[in-house]
Amino acid sequence: MSTCFDDPDPEAPKAVSMLPEPYVVVSRNQETADTFTIALRPADGGVMRSFAPGQFNMLYAFGTGESAISISGSPEDGGVLVHTIRRVGAVTSALDRLAPGSVVGLRGPFGSPWPMQQVRGRDLVFVAGGIGLAPLRPAILQVFSHRADYGRIVILAGARSPADVIFHDELHSWMQEPDTEVQLTVDRADADWHHHVGVVTTLIPRARFDPANAVAMVCGPEIMMRFTAVEMARIGLPEARIFVTLERNMKCAVGLCGHCQFGPEFICRDGPVFRHDRIRHWFSHREV
Amino acid sequence: MSTTLEPILRKHPFFAEMEDATIQLISGCAKNVRYRAGKLVAKQGTPADEFFLIREGRLAMEMPSPLGGTQRLQTADDGDVVGWSWLVPPYHWHFDLRAVSEVRAFSIDGRCLRNKCENDPRFGYEMMKRFSTLMADRLEATRLQLMDLYCGPALPTIP
Repeated sequence: MSTCFDDPDPEAPKAVSMLPEPYVVVSRNQETADTFTIALRPADGGVMRSFAPGQFNMLYAFGTGESAISISGSPEDGGVLVHTIRRVGAVTSALDRLAPGSVVGLRGPFGSPWPMQQVRGRDLVFVAGGIGLAPLRPAILQVFSHRADYGRIVILAGARSPADVIFHDELHSWMQEPDTEVQLTVDRADADWHHHVGVVTTLIPRARFDPANAVAMVCGPEIMMRFTAVEMARIGLPEARIFVTLERNMKCAVGLCGHCQFGPEFICRDGPVFRHDRIRHWFSHREV
Repeated sequence: MSTTLEPILRKHPFFAEMEDATIQLISGCAKNVRYRAGKLVAKQGTPADEFFLIREGRLAMEMPSPLGGTQRLQTADDGDVVGWSWLVPPYHWHFDLRAVSEVRAFSIDGRCLRNKCENDPRFGYEMMKRFSTLMADRLEATRLQLMDLYCGPALPTIP
């Protein structure tokens, strides 16, 4: 098996349309004080487009605007498209106010996916910071649906406080899965919290996996991803087996407008999932 | 007792690539300890006469919160080293240390080790190298923690 991977799967489904299609909110779940999950279905009852783990959609809150939102549900759940959203601005606040039955505009899916086919047979290490667990969740769900195809699974998730941990119950259910290690950590906690306290990167040397056979998929703030790569290098996991997903202000989502340019890459078209060694150089440029 | 501890001390990551003579010096200051979950192992402001090499379990570093109660700042697990106050005057604990789960650890007598460091500068330098690395790692982790990474630009920044 090669120790080096190509860029993420070029065969992933990609939309090209600039025209949003109406989708209806079929359910809504409050994850934390500022984060919620909505499930969407085509308003006309038609067939949904398939997507690959790691891709994103553009969600349009009518009258407010459009925002790039990672898909957080299973790619094998053909019934609904699930998005987990943190309320940070006008569009996400408008999406937060939508009750079941409301209609949003949706374009997508866009972008590169996690390299799920290429990593079969490998140990997989998922490192998530805060809302970063959402774009990783489709990959994790796909792995658990095809458990025999993968090696040991390690999920390292960090959050600000116990109240900010998303998918809390699901994380605890994953702890019961065979050959799976789930470690949670928060920046600050009280005495009722029995998991780790400290930044998520401190979990990496504690986790039990084989760096010689592992692939890491990382999502979180860029500084967290940079330090994650440093820790992975310390334990012997090469950069070519670290994948990260990036976030920028995306507008067109099809590589035309340039809002999400990151060095020579357009994150909406060439990313958001990148092999770390391909974009490391640009991580260190504050101006990018 | 110290000679019987030496074989199991060697298995702790702290002693990785350490010379035999150095391990022997440390083992003379070591003892096995066990704490039940919830036990206050060390209290802020009291003499730091020891540090811990965790074999199994989880210790938490805690401080009184300005809002009342206690804030858990960091945790340490199997293979970790906890405490460097034994090495830095005035040799007092700077935080409370509490067992989150049942903990098995080596307690290393700080006064015993300080004396050996004073008497054997080579040994003292070896200890300083190991503990300065530990301090640097902990400082880097603390800096990241202070940045409030997961919540966006909540902290004031310099333009």
